[in-house]
Order: sequence, then structure tokens, then C-alpha cells
Amino acid sequence: MDKIYAHPKSLRDVSTHYCPGCGHGLAHRLITEVVDELGIREKVIGVAPVGCAVVAYEYWDFDCSEAAHGRALAVATGIKRVRPENIVFTYQGDGDLAAIGTNETIHAANRGENLSVFFINNAVYGMTGGQMAPTTLLNQKTSTTPDGRCAQLQGFPLKISEMLALLPGVKYIERVSLHSPQEIIKTKKAMKKALINQMEGIGFSLVEILSPCPTYWGLSPKPALDWIKNTMVKEFPLGVIK
Amino acid sequence: MDSEKRQKESRVKLLITGNEAIAESAIQAGCRFYAGYPITPQNELTAYMAHHMQDRGGVFIQAEAETAAINMVYGASAAGARAMTSSSSPGISLKQEGISYLAGAELPSVIVNIMRGGPGLGNIAPAQSDYFQATRSGGHGDYHCLVLAPSTVQECYDLTALAFELSDKYRVPAIILGDGMLGQMMEPIVVTKFRAPSLKQSNKPWALTGCKDRKANVVKSFYLKEGDLEKFNLKLQSKYQKIQREEERWEELFLNDVKIVLVAYGSMARIAKGAVKALREKGKKVGLIRPISLWPFPKKAFAKIRKQYLVIEMSYGQMLEDVQLAVNGQAGIEFLGRSGGGVPSEAEIIAKVNKIYHG
Repeated sequence: MDKIYAHPKSLRDVSTHYCPGCGHGLAHRLITEVVDELGIREKVIGVAPVGCAVVAYEYWDFDCSEAAHGRALAVATGIKRVRPENIVFTYQGDGDLAAIGTNETIHAANRGENLSVFFINNAVYGMTGGQMAPTTLLNQKTSTTPDGRCAQLQGFPLKISEMLALLPGVKYIERVSLHSPQEIIKTKKAMKKALINQMEGIGFSLVEILSPCPTYWGLSPKPALDWIKNTMVKEFPLGVIK
Repeated sequence: MDSEKRQKESRVKLLITGNEAIAESAIQAGCRFYAGYPITPQNELTAYMAHHMQDRGGVFIQAEAETAAINMVYGASAAGARAMTSSSSPGISLKQEGISYLAGAELPSVIVNIMRGGPGLGNIAPAQSDYFQATRSGGHGDYHCLVLAPSTVQECYDLTALAFELSDKYRVPAIILGDGMLGQMMEPIVVTKFRAPSLKQSNKPWALTGCKDRKANVVKSFYLKEGDLEKFNLKLQSKYQKIQREEERWEELFLNDVKIVLVAYGSMARIAKGAVKALREKGKKVGLIRPISLWPFPKKAFAKIRKQYLVIEMSYGQMLEDVQLAVNGQAGIEFLGRSGGGVPSEAEIIAKVNKIYHG
């Protein structure tokens, strides 16, 4: 009988520190499944962000580097340019990629670095206690927008994927979500495409993943998934952006 | 490297600026990654790298920001390559975050600071006012960078290669601390062919290369579990103590039969040297200590009890504090310093020495 489901070799057999219902564990696992399926575990170098996923390397069983907050794509640029034969990806949250690291993000994309980016958008800063992120929705309450995000004071949710799609150096951008089994399958496919693009030398690829943060959305795990489905996707529509 | 050995190995001569000498030395020393951002007075270094790196097997990137440049160096070093960035004072301030992370992740790297006047945007005149920043861990955390201060264009060349070697040996970031005068100045140098390790040969078992036939490597500076960070910091401290024991470097001039010892580094030491020679010709018992390593500061040079020192800097007294610590109250210390475009002249030094001498 064929074995159709197993613990990925690239995923360490340990418990994660993530909150119940958090999307990070799922996104981590999908990456390891894709890495195993592509047979690239011994070539992969992951770059972990600052944020909840800072210790992603304690869950992934392949070479990894930490990066300062927002600097993952600069670090990845250095790694990839020195070792073009390796497969280098970054895993970054919304604060990391679209606030403190916007400059690094835009310019790595504009140089067309042959990298894969996994961008977790959960509309909030998790590790520091639920502050407003660049992707926080209007009227969404966070610890730094206690009355809800107000456009006049805090601006609008930043659509960095749409912005990046304008750059000629960018080859592939897709927004996916973790809110249902169907969407999870699409997420995995997009991740695979982003890595295959790099293996084939096609260039900068980014997958934006809408991911639940029940703790700082003040919701139970299931309603958090529903919130993505009913509310978040209206601001961040799913599909291939470029 | 001593001059005899240099003559044996090679006799290639170049007329070149300090900035270019640093760049050429880096390439000779096997630097395979350079990222920089435009800032005066170090632009010749970046331009030299842009012209030469790619043709000679390396990578050149003009980064979008100083922060990006230093973090690209972090990535390249994590991947096992010898890597360098350069800038001048305001740009080096921006790099401090990255330097702290390099120290925390124990990544070898060379950072060049061709100092200009500050604070703030300051000006583009030569200065030595980043001494504290370079020697006291300019970013957050308990760390040190190895700091070497060339005084001639030849030394720009020699010390840059040495910085790569020591940085690899101890896994600490190394800083070349020069100033705008040295960076812009042209002098003939003898070029040595260094034996640079290739990326494949380099002995860096910790580097990120893909986990083929070994356990996964992680490059990091995050130690959240209770006790882990303290343990790691103690490891760093013992490394720093070893560097302090073994890597002090300095030059001495006329220290036998001396009444006043001048202390100066970098460009300032060249002017001080001129003053010492002129004063000796007049029969004045004056000598010079020129620190070459600023961290570790060459305390051993001050072990002998002497009567009087005169510290001269293009700042308002930064290295002065290290001399005070080294001398520890056992001698008199006078200071002469200017900064913000002013450089103490030979005549000013001579006047100051005469005042102390007869005072």
C-alpha cells in the first residue's frame, strides 16, 4: 500500500510554542512538505524573521539564519548571491516585511533577486502583544488602536503585494489563505511554485498567506478562520496578483 | 607584514588612494561579497569594488541603504564568504544594528569606517570622532569589534587583509578605522599576493551551505531560555579576553631616554611623527606611541612607568580615556585635540610640547 501521509523529514518532531489556532504551525509544515516533495532539503537555506516565527529554525530541520527585524531579504540576498546553487527563502510577518523592512522588501524585489518569500499576513503584531500592523484592517481593534484603526490617524491597510506586483523584477505573487482545507491546498501549491521558480532561475516570487491569530483578534480558533473568510479577504482578495 | 618578507613575495607597486588600497587588499584577501552605499569621503572604495569584484570572482551590490548593506554582509558571511562593507561616520551609525547582530551571531566580517566630522551630518572633513563608537560596541549589547587603524596607504592595504584573517580566526566583526585624509591620500604601495581561501576550501563548519551529510546549521543571536544568553555572553567575553591578550598592536618611536611620549593614531600619528622628528632634532626628548589596534587597546605599550604623555586626536578626547585607563594615574597626561574640520598641525603640537617641556 502506498504511504500518502507522513511526518515531513524537514519538520522536527517537536511541539511548537504557537497559540492554539495560530496559522504559523500550519504554514511551517506546508513549507517542509513542499521542501521534501521537491527533494531540496539539503540545498535549502531558510531565513527566519523577528516576530512570533523567530525560532522557526527550531521546527525546520534544514540550514537557517536569523535576521534582524525587517532585514530578512537583505540577509537572503547576501546568502543567495554567494551561494546561487542553494535554494533560499524568507519567512516574514507583516510587521517585518511591510513596516520595518519595507525598504529591504521593495529593493530585493526590484533587483529581481532569485528568492522565494513566504509572507504571513495576520493583520497584527503577535510576539509583542497585538499592536497595529501595516496590514491591520480599518476599525480593527489592537492594543495600539484601542478604538479601531482609523484611516485619518493611522492610514490604510498596506497592500504590499499589489505594490510589489508593479515592479518588473517581480515574477510571481499570489495571495492565499489558511482558512479552509481548500485554501490550504492552494497555499501549498503556491509555495511550491515559488520554490520551483527559484530552482528554474525565474526570479523573485512571493506568496502572501492570510493566517489566523486568534489570540490577538480576541476570537476562538474557528471564528478566527471565519473572520478571514468573511472579513479579511474583502480587504485582501485571494488569487494570483502577478 | 615586515618589509623584507613583502619584498620576497612580490614587487608589484601601485600608486593608489587609501580607499582603493583597502578595496584591493580585500579582493586579494578573498573578499567575495561587498555591499556599500554612497557616502563621502569613501566613495572611491565602493567604485573600486564595482569595477573589480565581478571580474575577480566576487559579488558587488550597491545597497538601497546602509542597513541593507550590513545585513547583506551578514547573509554572505553566514553563507561562509569573506564579506565587507564600507561607509563613513553617519553611515556607520546606521550600520550599528547589523554590527551588533554580526557580533551576536559570531559572523566574521570587515567594516570600513572612513571617518568624517560629526555629530549629525557634520561635514566631509577628516575626523577621529567615532573612536568611542568603534571601540565601545557602537550597537546594543556586550560586544566588541576588533579595530585596526592604518596610518599610511600601505597600512590600509596590509591591515585590511589582516582584518579578514583575525575576523575569521576569532569570529568577530573587524573594523578598519581610517579618516577622510587617509582615504583620499595617494601613496605608492607594495602589493602582496595573499593566499586567499576559496569559498569551498574555507574551514567554516558552522556556515550555511545546505545540510548535506551533516546536521542542520543555524546562524542566530537569540537565546530566550533562561540562562542561555548569559552562558553565550560569557563565551564571548572569554573570546574577547583572548583577543586582548594576543592581538595588541602598536608602533613605537624614540621611547628610550624620553621625557614626553606623544600618543596618536591614524592620520594624526603621521603629523605627530613629523613633530617628534623636528623636536628630536632640537634635542628635545620626545617619543611616540602609535596604537595600531584600537581594540584591543595596546595597554602593554604603557606598562613602563613614564613621566608625561601627550595624547593628540582629531576629536575632543576619546582615545584619551584609553590612555588614562592604561596609565592608571602613574603619569601626567596632557591632551591636544581638534575636530569638525580642524586637524592639529605640526606647529601646534610642537608649541604644546614646548609648553609642557618647560612648564
